[in-house]
Amino acid sequence: MRFMLLFSRQGKLRLQKWYLATSDKERKKMVRELMQVVLARKPKMCSFLEWRDLKVVYKRYASLYFCCAIEGQDNELITLELIHRYVELLDKYFGSVCELDIIFNFEKAYFILDEFLMGGDVQDTSKKSVLKAIEQADLLQEVRVRDKGALNRSFFFFPGVFPFFKTHTHTQSLCC
Amino acid sequence: MDSNPSSQKLSSEGALLGSPRPVRQSRRLEVVKKILPLNSKSQRPEVRGFKIALQGGPGGAGSHNRGGETEGSDQARTFLGAWTRKRWGESRGVETEARMVASSLKLQDLIQEIRGAKTQAQEREVIQKECAHIRASFRDGDPLHSHRQLAKLLYVHMLGYPAHFGQMECLKLIASPRFTDKRVGYLGAMLLLDERQDAHLLITNSIKNDLSQGIEAVQGLALCTLSAMGSAEMCRDLAPEVEKLLLQPSPYVRKKAVLTAVHMIRKVPELSDIFLPPCAQLLHERHHGILLGTVTLITELCERSPAALQHFRKVVPQLVHTLRTLVMTGCSAEHSVSGVSDPFLQVQILRLLRILGRNHEESSETMNDLLAQVATNTDTSRNAGNAVLFETVLTIMDIRSAAGLRVLAVNILGRFLLNSDRNIRYVALTSLLKLVQSDHSAVQRHRPTVVECLWEPDASLSRRALELSLALVNSSNVRAMTQELQGFLESCPPDLRADCASGILLAAERFAPTKRWHIDTILRVLTTAGTYVRDDAVANLIQLIGGAQELHAYSVHRLYSALAEDISQQPLVQVAAWCIGEYGDLLLEGTCEETEPLQVEKEEVLALLERVLQSQMSLPATRGYALTALMKLSTRLHGDNNRICQVMSIYGSCQNVELQQRAVEYNALFRKYDHLRAAVLEKMPLVERGGPQVDEEAKESKEVAQLSEAAPLPTETQASKLLDLLDLLDGPSENAQHPPPLDPTPGDTLIHLLDLPCAPRPPAPIPNLKVFEREGLELNLSFVRPPGTPTLLLITVTATNTSGGDVTHFICQAAVPKVCRRPGLRGSLDTPGEKATK
Repeated sequence: MRFMLLFSRQGKLRLQKWYLATSDKERKKMVRELMQVVLARKPKMCSFLEWRDLKVVYKRYASLYFCCAIEGQDNELITLELIHRYVELLDKYFGSVCELDIIFNFEKAYFILDEFLMGGDVQDTSKKSVLKAIEQADLLQEVRVRDKGALNRSFFFFPGVFPFFKTHTHTQSLCC
Repeated sequence: MDSNPSSQKLSSEGALLGSPRPVRQSRRLEVVKKILPLNSKSQRPEVRGFKIALQGGPGGAGSHNRGGETEGSDQARTFLGAWTRKRWGESRGVETEARMVASSLKLQDLIQEIRGAKTQAQEREVIQKECAHIRASFRDGDPLHSHRQLAKLLYVHMLGYPAHFGQMECLKLIASPRFTDKRVGYLGAMLLLDERQDAHLLITNSIKNDLSQGIEAVQGLALCTLSAMGSAEMCRDLAPEVEKLLLQPSPYVRKKAVLTAVHMIRKVPELSDIFLPPCAQLLHERHHGILLGTVTLITELCERSPAALQHFRKVVPQLVHTLRTLVMTGCSAEHSVSGVSDPFLQVQILRLLRILGRNHEESSETMNDLLAQVATNTDTSRNAGNAVLFETVLTIMDIRSAAGLRVLAVNILGRFLLNSDRNIRYVALTSLLKLVQSDHSAVQRHRPTVVECLWEPDASLSRRALELSLALVNSSNVRAMTQELQGFLESCPPDLRADCASGILLAAERFAPTKRWHIDTILRVLTTAGTYVRDDAVANLIQLIGGAQELHAYSVHRLYSALAEDISQQPLVQVAAWCIGEYGDLLLEGTCEETEPLQVEKEEVLALLERVLQSQMSLPATRGYALTALMKLSTRLHGDNNRICQVMSIYGSCQNVELQQRAVEYNALFRKYDHLRAAVLEKMPLVERGGPQVDEEAKESKEVAQLSEAAPLPTETQASKLLDLLDLLDGPSENAQHPPPLDPTPGDTLIHLLDLPCAPRPPAPIPNLKVFEREGLELNLSFVRPPGTPTLLLITVTATNTSGGDVTHFICQAAVPKVCRRPGLRGSLDTPGEKATK
């Protein structure tokens, strides 16, 4: 995958993840162009289109367009599945996710994406495992620095094992 | 959700107050609408709380409602108190104290503010102010809240504003021991830094430290960042670290390390040496994530190096076994998607098998059974199953599969074509297009379905269907297909018309069963989509008609009727004008067995041509055709030619130089050379089909040549000069007027488009050679290849005696290498001072 974009029906960008090094100016141009092309599509048209030398797979969920640009030999249908899996992850995490959630918690959307995809390829095909990883990273944010030793000892990524050392109430999560 | 009655009252009030509100209201609803209509039990408390607060307050109706703020804010203070003052204060231009002191607005508050801005200018103002705060905070250092500042900066960056001053802060945050800082710092690095910035190399050290740290989450972050924005230098530096991580006990880190290795190999292919050895062992993993990563890694390695490809052929049995287990025995529910066990892994394995089996008999054979199994056992009711099936089809087509398997694959694609899901049809059309060359007969079976797809409302589907249909035309189905395609041409969207028209014409060229059908087809295309055809279509049609003697009457009748109906389609008008000019006598005869008899009066014909001449829609080229046609009719039709003379004299003063020249020349023909007129304007001989350009030039210059022959000038040199300039094509031509050409023609380059056989070019002539000169004796060699026998080279040796005395004992011997066969020497003897030639 070359890049993934999320944008609203009004053409506002909500998330962009680039898996190929491109300059900022070039990125902006591509985003603008692609948004125009995708937003011009009618609802009954198929989810694939050709743009420049790439294939673009897009799907609309409520007011958000999820758009992936893949290369010639990639499978379009599985990319649709990939997009759906990401939306399911977001939904599980936020609980009935809507565009507002992604707007106000964009950094979390990025974190979830980074747990699911890496370099454009799927990391883990198990929804449970990805969500658990995110949950435990979030918990990790809430443990204070002084317990760095505790951090080292909490091998929380073995299935079913939760950190033992959630000792402090002082939370440092981002949204407070 | 809106359980607060006061808020309900507000929203209803809001709806009454202002006209733009209902529109905004719906936008708010759209934004709040769930993305997935699923019931979800888990909901993080603070997020839920935040959502309710957001929707419950006047902000629910008002915050995303630009117009409602002023009214809403009064109620806001009454109902919700100071908590909202911070937000609503901004809109009233009041700086709240809280903000000035802390100067660390929470991220979500900032987002709220920005969304509350009514205009672009206001948004810019808010952002500039905030950026100033952020910059100050970065400068002064605020370790507790710097992650928050960076997060705000990242949001602003996403909106499109410059955020480069955050780069160093990213580095600082990454180096911090706190996880929160690291998380945001790495995110910032991925968004703000890339290989083009100089700062990115500074991360390398931090990443190295984090990789060896031992806290999995941190290692995960570092690996993720490395794979997202790692440049070649970074990859080279950190490759040993990543290699170590491949052997870590924790699957979480290993799966990430494998994918980081994939990125490294993309950036620095030489690193394959490091990452190749662990692959074989990693393939035995049970963990799906690691397995997936490993398969991706092996795919990447094989794509880049044939040696690796060779090396990995031995894992084909292992892959086959894994895939078979997945398909037949399934896997745990957490990996399944709508009944298909781990489609992502299946697709990836199939892709790797494709690469390994390509052009390799043995591997392909190992896979045959498995592919058949996958193809038959996959549930195709949902997209996941279809994705796997699609990948299987692609693999079958690419490897050396058994014939039966290939037929199975094409049948699967045929089934896809009938699927109600548009995406699947699209994918099927694309794949069939790739297959049509290699498995033509198999794809032919699905021709009716493909033609159905032409009528899709979706433009990308109909375009694909058009390409495929054109590729499927062959000599047996050409009539039916052309019928369908012409029907499509009449109603297709404009951007497809040109392709459709040229496609039909090309197909007609290649497979026309009869000349009459061919002419009919081209005529129909010109009538329907005349403006979209290529320029050479006119010349082709003219040439075609000219060559079909028996169809002259038929053609001219049909063209006349078509022209009488519509004089706007330029190519049609041009052809019709030419035809009427050439075969006008046949038109007036009125009898033609192939169409219904048409009674045409001479005056009508002339009137029509005059109408074409005068019409605004006619191009100058078209007018030229019409003028010439009128001229020709002066000999074809009987009766007086006053009308034609009149037209010629009018056009003698036309603005267009080309038309004027013609008219003047024709006038001259009427006045001074009337006795020659019949000869000059007699029916044109058949033009050699060399190239489209050539025909045009040939026609025009023929006329010019004929006219100048009539003029009392040294005709031979004139004509030969003109004919030399013509660059007419090679080969024996039917007319003595065309000497064999010496130069290659420009028409050659266009020939491949028409896919026609053409006579080979004559080789360039070899220049004369002076080979010997001494004491008055000169030897010259001249070379001629007679046109009929290109393998024969006639060499003439000319010996010249320029001295005063006699030359005696002159012996000429010719030695040739064995490759040449010497037919014989013929020579004539000499007298002093004369040339002797052999």
